Amino acid sequence: MLALLAAAGWLKPDAAHAQAWNKAAFETHDMAETMKALGGAEPAQSKDIVFFQTPDIAENGAVVPIGIASNIPKTDSIAILIEKNPNMLAATFDIPAGTEPTISTRVKMGQTSNIYALVKADGKYYVASKEVKVTLGGCGG
Amino acid sequence: MADPMKIRANLVGDSTEVKVLMNHEMETGQRKDAQGKTIPAWFIQSVSATCNDKTVLSAQWGPAVSKNPFLSFKFKGGAKGDKVVITWVDSRGDKRTDEATIA
Repeated sequence: MLALLAAAGWLKPDAAHAQAWNKAAFETHDMAETMKALGGAEPAQSKDIVFFQTPDIAENGAVVPIGIASNIPKTDSIAILIEKNPNMLAATFDIPAGTEPTISTRVKMGQTSNIYALVKADGKYYVASKEVKVTLGGCGG
Repeated sequence: MADPMKIRANLVGDSTEVKVLMNHEMETGQRKDAQGKTIPAWFIQSVSATCNDKTVLSAQWGPAVSKNPFLSFKFKGGAKGDKVVITWVDSRGDKRTDEATIA
């Protein structure tokens, strides 16, 4: 019985256990490199990915609100990429079933740049972009 | 030990809206101090949120996420009184877990 319980405990997935941090993906400098590190092909442009709460002009590059909503069915993950930052990938979010494919957060931007919202849905990658102008950078000293 | 997170979880219709404010420097590794020495990177690398032992969001972050990170998301399946538990782990291996009750 004890062994059974132990086995049950062992088999139960540790929900709080986070995946290993994808170091390679966070050290890339362009879209092709990032896609390679994430293990995906070139993403298709999509109008079903929407930016919200995201400014056209950010006065302070250290705190730029970014909201991304995906209307693509079976959205598995959403990533934020900032083209002109020292490293392109800012964050990835895994969306389990039952969680809405909508996230909002705040990021740093070194300078005016395109922001890409990369969505993985049903094994395929989709992307949308938006330019955010920065009047004061958030990466320098 | 890092300062606690501020977590708010509210039931809106049939989904739970979670808002989190974490306390973290999120040092990029790009900045230099007054002596011109690079300040080493130090940032939250992974975040996970669970409700009733089910993962409702997991994230991996780089140093481009702002200082004292903000995060908001919605999930279905939560009920009033359930607990939302959020854990982060940073690049030094420090971690912090906080929880909030769905209101």
